[in-house]
Amino acid sequence: MARIEFQGVGHSYEPSPAGPEDYALQPSDLHWHDGGAYALLGPSGSGKTTLLNVISGLVRPSKGRILFDGSDVTGLSTAQRNIAQVFQFPVIYDTMTVFDNLAFPLRNRGVREPEVQTRVGKVAELLELTDDLKRRASGLAADAKQKISLGRGLVRSDVAAILFDEPLTVIDPHLKWLLRLKLKQIHQEFKLTLIYVTHDQAEALTFADRVVVLSEGRAVQVGSPTDLFERPAHTFVGHFIGSPGMNLLPCELDGDGVRIDGFSIPVAPARLERARGASGELILGIRPEFVRCQAHASADSLAAEVTAVEDLGNYKIATARLGRHLVKAKLKASASIAPGPGWLVFPQKWTLLYAGGSVLE
Amino acid sequence: MRKTLDNRAWFLVLPVFALVAFNAIIPLMTVVNYSVQDVFDATHRSFVGADWYRAMLRSSRLQNALGRQFLFSALVLLIELPLGVGIALVMPKKGGWATSLTMVLVALPLLIPWNVIGTIWVVFLRPDIGLLGHFIDHTLGIHFDYPTVPSQAWISVVLMEAWHWTPLVALLAYAGLRAIPDAYYQAARIDGASGWAVFRYIELPKMRGVLTIAVLLRFMDSFLIYTEPFVLTGGGPGDSTTFLSIYLVKLAIGEFDVGSAGAFSIIYFLIVLALSYVFYQALQRVGTGEAK
Repeated sequence: MARIEFQGVGHSYEPSPAGPEDYALQPSDLHWHDGGAYALLGPSGSGKTTLLNVISGLVRPSKGRILFDGSDVTGLSTAQRNIAQVFQFPVIYDTMTVFDNLAFPLRNRGVREPEVQTRVGKVAELLELTDDLKRRASGLAADAKQKISLGRGLVRSDVAAILFDEPLTVIDPHLKWLLRLKLKQIHQEFKLTLIYVTHDQAEALTFADRVVVLSEGRAVQVGSPTDLFERPAHTFVGHFIGSPGMNLLPCELDGDGVRIDGFSIPVAPARLERARGASGELILGIRPEFVRCQAHASADSLAAEVTAVEDLGNYKIATARLGRHLVKAKLKASASIAPGPGWLVFPQKWTLLYAGGSVLE
Repeated sequence: MRKTLDNRAWFLVLPVFALVAFNAIIPLMTVVNYSVQDVFDATHRSFVGADWYRAMLRSSRLQNALGRQFLFSALVLLIELPLGVGIALVMPKKGGWATSLTMVLVALPLLIPWNVIGTIWVVFLRPDIGLLGHFIDHTLGIHFDYPTVPSQAWISVVLMEAWHWTPLVALLAYAGLRAIPDAYYQAARIDGASGWAVFRYIELPKMRGVLTIAVLLRFMDSFLIYTEPFVLTGGGPGDSTTFLSIYLVKLAIGEFDVGSAGAFSIIYFLIVLALSYVFYQALQRVGTGEAK
């Protein structure tokens, strides 16, 4: 168990990277607290797996230093770093029994047999594999194989962190949440540092205490699931997280608010102040959960046209046309709204401004 | 859709029957026919039942040839499998020109006609002008004359066979190795596995399929070998490198003993069939059997 720290770590698969576009992972400072449960979230090609492999030592970064508990491990091999990693597809040693699979990392490190017996027994019990210990691993289902992969990490009492590379991709949906629950339980019991790569936001937000959102090789935000939801630091986070994603509307400054296609929208004075000094395209961002869409006018409401209402059972999504832009609002299932004239309200507290992609706070 | 019963549909399978009849059944039945008759000339023949089979099974020449054949196939498998796997392990892993070049170089012996292989080795082994023959005879100072020394004839034939066919094993093993996902190697590094453990627990099990094919192909081919040793040694000196097929040809064409040659062919065929089946079953069991 360790605190992991990146000092200007970046990686390029090119032998001599010329510009930022050559980097799969942009040089940056990041850290992971000891005992934290982290998710690395991002679309395909955003550098998640590269980042994970840099931590585990499978990939040696082109730039920067990696510290585990303050000591430099940049040059150390995977085995020396004491990292465990679970891959997207279960890796098991086909010819061995489940017991031998779990014992493999210990025996490779010269742990004595009685000790191996105890530790494998404990881990098997934790993962509910005790009945299968004598069976050959190749005959098991995908979820059991994934448990074995995880177990090979857990048997080592000294692991600095356990890394997961989209480990539930090949697992049946009804087993997914069981395994995720197991992971949570293990995390609480052992206080291990867990780093979990996924492109599934639901998985990331339920699993992790803190989520690192990656885009184009850059960590655009590190925060709790609530932070990501309420205060996306970057338009990418706003749009990528949430279903539907954040409404992002190009706007311009206008008195004590902003103007979108002739509609004035009031904005908190502090944000407005920041926007005056900022450069880059100004964008108003608001979550569909916070936009109010109503069938009658009220104070601060803007006249719009509701073009569609989707009833998704426990909530409704209304799409409204405001000038040339479409705004989505997530409403209660009981809300009475129909296509036709409608009024939108942008509560000041949740109306964020972005300049050049970054939030103005 | 309504289906109508029409027996004329059977005519559509006739071409297949004709093809199979001409390339398998008729030649095989001809051999069976010879093996149960004593043929004197074109008009005089008599039915002798299983006499030829009894005679052949008791023939010491056949038993000796069979013994040599087993020894030869065993040596070939023992040399070519480890060597082929070894070559595959040291071949470049990343794609690119180096890989392509290595593949072509390794595959070269497979592209040469078999009788040319024999001829190449005849020249290669000559003590006066052959590279290897000259090296052994002059540089090492060992008197080398494989056409008259049985042990040297054996070594020569086995060497030639290994040179010719190890590349096939190497290419098969290489294909098997390349099919292993990177995650296995990464997991092994994380688990602290040694190079030997990676080979023993990841590479070897994952190559099981291709190695099964390699064993079957190399066993059958080496058991049926004819052309290359025929060109190199002609089965000699004496009978020392007379393998089954060489003996069969001597019997059928040299001595025109078609009855015993027919019986021999059938016995030969059954041995190959039975052994291939045994190999296949055994290798299947190695991989999966003990788990169940």
